[in-house]
Amino acid sequence: MSVFHNILPAVFDSAPLASDWPGGFWAHMIIFIVILFIFVIFMAMAFIYFERRVISRFQIRIGPNRIGPFGLLQPVADVIKILIKEDIVPFNADKILHLLAPMAAITPAIMVFAVIPFMNGASLVDLNIGILYIVAISSVSVIGLVMAGWGSNNKYALISAMRVIAQVVSYEIPMALVIIGVVLFSGTLSMNGIVQAQSIPYILLQPLGFVIYFLAAMAEINRTPFDMLEAEGEIVAGFNIEYSGFKFALFFLTEYTEAIAISAIITTLYLGGWKGPFLPPVLWFLIKVFAVFALIIWVRATLPRLRIDQVMGFAWKCMLPLAIINLLITACQVIFLPDLSQWVLVVANFVITGILIVLWSRFFRITGDKVET
Amino acid sequence: MVLKTETFMLNAGPQHPSTHGVFRMRLTLDGEVIQDMEPVFGYLHRGIEKLAEGLSYSQNMVFTDRLDYLASMTNNHAYVVSVEKLAGVQVPERAEYLRVIMAELMRISSHLMAVGFLLNDLGAFMTPLLYMYREREKILDLFDMVCGQRLTYNYMRIGGVSQDVPEEFLPALKRLIDSLPRFIEEYEQLLMTNEIMLVRTKDVGTLSKELAISYSAAGPVLRASGVKWDIRKADPYSLYSRFNFEVPVGTKGDVYDRYRVRIAEMHQSISIIKQAMEQIQPGDIQTKISRIFKPAKGEAYGHIEGPKGELGFYLVSDGSANPYRWHMRPPSLINLTALRELLIGVKIADAMAIFGSIDICVGEVDR
Repeated sequence: MSVFHNILPAVFDSAPLASDWPGGFWAHMIIFIVILFIFVIFMAMAFIYFERRVISRFQIRIGPNRIGPFGLLQPVADVIKILIKEDIVPFNADKILHLLAPMAAITPAIMVFAVIPFMNGASLVDLNIGILYIVAISSVSVIGLVMAGWGSNNKYALISAMRVIAQVVSYEIPMALVIIGVVLFSGTLSMNGIVQAQSIPYILLQPLGFVIYFLAAMAEINRTPFDMLEAEGEIVAGFNIEYSGFKFALFFLTEYTEAIAISAIITTLYLGGWKGPFLPPVLWFLIKVFAVFALIIWVRATLPRLRIDQVMGFAWKCMLPLAIINLLITACQVIFLPDLSQWVLVVANFVITGILIVLWSRFFRITGDKVET
Repeated sequence: MVLKTETFMLNAGPQHPSTHGVFRMRLTLDGEVIQDMEPVFGYLHRGIEKLAEGLSYSQNMVFTDRLDYLASMTNNHAYVVSVEKLAGVQVPERAEYLRVIMAELMRISSHLMAVGFLLNDLGAFMTPLLYMYREREKILDLFDMVCGQRLTYNYMRIGGVSQDVPEEFLPALKRLIDSLPRFIEEYEQLLMTNEIMLVRTKDVGTLSKELAISYSAAGPVLRASGVKWDIRKADPYSLYSRFNFEVPVGTKGDVYDRYRVRIAEMHQSISIIKQAMEQIQPGDIQTKISRIFKPAKGEAYGHIEGPKGELGFYLVSDGSANPYRWHMRPPSLINLTALRELLIGVKIADAMAIFGSIDICVGEVDR
């Protein structure tokens, strides 16, 4: 039972420990799950508002500012609107798959939060294989999207489903490989352990790993420039084209939940998680999560989309070799230079990253042949 | 093992975010690769050519606004050029200069939209488009100043223009023209050195020189394929023989070249407007024509270089106040005929980019 930690004692020092709770372990587990759900939903709404406002600034617009102060209640209005919409099921759809798909998509997305440490020890469960659990769970989400694509009996949705399988499966591999780099440095698979092991954020020790993880994560959650899944100019809305009302809301929530999860994982693995001076750890965690998400929005607001074959080529020809090289270098550093000062490693790794990226951009082009500007 | 695969039909349009209005493509797909494309249009057909036969020559001006609604001013221009050719009307010099300024401003505005929507089709989520809207707004403000309208201008008249520009117009135009090149450079810097943009546009949708000519393509689509053909040079109308400007051409005829040609043409238009502003003199803006305008029996085809290509009107007069036949050469429709050739064998994503690079306006395709 000792692996289960409690958020409440961490937030309020006076709260009783799990073992003292009436109803014991299960009662406190259920309370935590409720807290986590509320957190995820509120964060998703905050992210929706944040994205809309930030992207408006990029696009010389103002963004939602009518409902509530600074338009803060806009997500609430959106939710109400979406929930009172008619739920349409296409006549020829596979009714069961069509119904189950949103649930199959959102469940793994929320399950990821079980192991995210919001502050020292404040996670639902501090699994000793935390990061492995995340890698395993986050790829399950795809099944929901494929079910939606197939179950809608719509050609656009089907194309989208085929794209998402190919894309997500490809990007899992470099993603998992660079995570091993982090694990080699920290010596633990536990998420809280990884944060505690970071005397300096791993983005400094693993710059190449961060870049690869960030790009692979964007592909994983289908963000521009890898938003093959719902490329609105090509396949309209992709897998969720036949969804409306509450089911659509669930898909929308999935998308943002995954974005929060990815931001939180990047924060934990590379940015030192809840660590930081002066401010309370939870605040540091949230600030970092929002900073990562702002970076994702920035990319979305700027770049055009790649084509599906280019996306796949990028994963296999560029990300995978670089991830393997990153793993090799990290392993060598951990085995042969364990006593070297961290700051020497920081400088060395930044130089190596620069060289590798320049080299790769010299002889690798997304289409395979050289492009003259 | 040999997989048994089937092609399937995908309906892109008429309600589709990338079909720029209500154009429909029946795509036969093998996976993501397009095997065949059948264009379906006519969803926006309003029968303007037939309607025009029932109205007088000057009443028909309003219809021209509603053809290519992103470039109403050049439609006006093409129509008045044709009517004046039919009736042999002379136009005062100041009116001609004003027409040239308006037509070139319209060309910049239309090209901004073309480039913006192309980038949008490539998946750049609205940002470049909205920046281009910002510049277009400034041009629309100028049009608002001269004729009180922002979309359907109805500015030109047979034998001149409807009204002279207000005093503050030329200084405002000068300010705009001075600032525009900087903004155009800004967009280029943002996107033209971007690897994603390059791989998405280079060698995509290549239209060869011969094919472009045999499909009778015109405008930036033709010039991107390397044919130096611009009505302003080839058959100068209005005052275009007085201005110095280049005709930018591409080399390969791919999406990238069509994009580059449009950007280069905007710079040329700016240069033409600058020259026109230096040369313009005060004077008459309207030739007196009889209230009931009846051209002599005959026919005429007048054409101009519109933003989207050769824009012409074929008019037949039977001597009455209404045209006997009122026919338009719509560059959007004729450029679109090459689309099937370009789409076969490419992926859906590229299909949208190619379609966007042709730059059609469905109001003109369907009439």
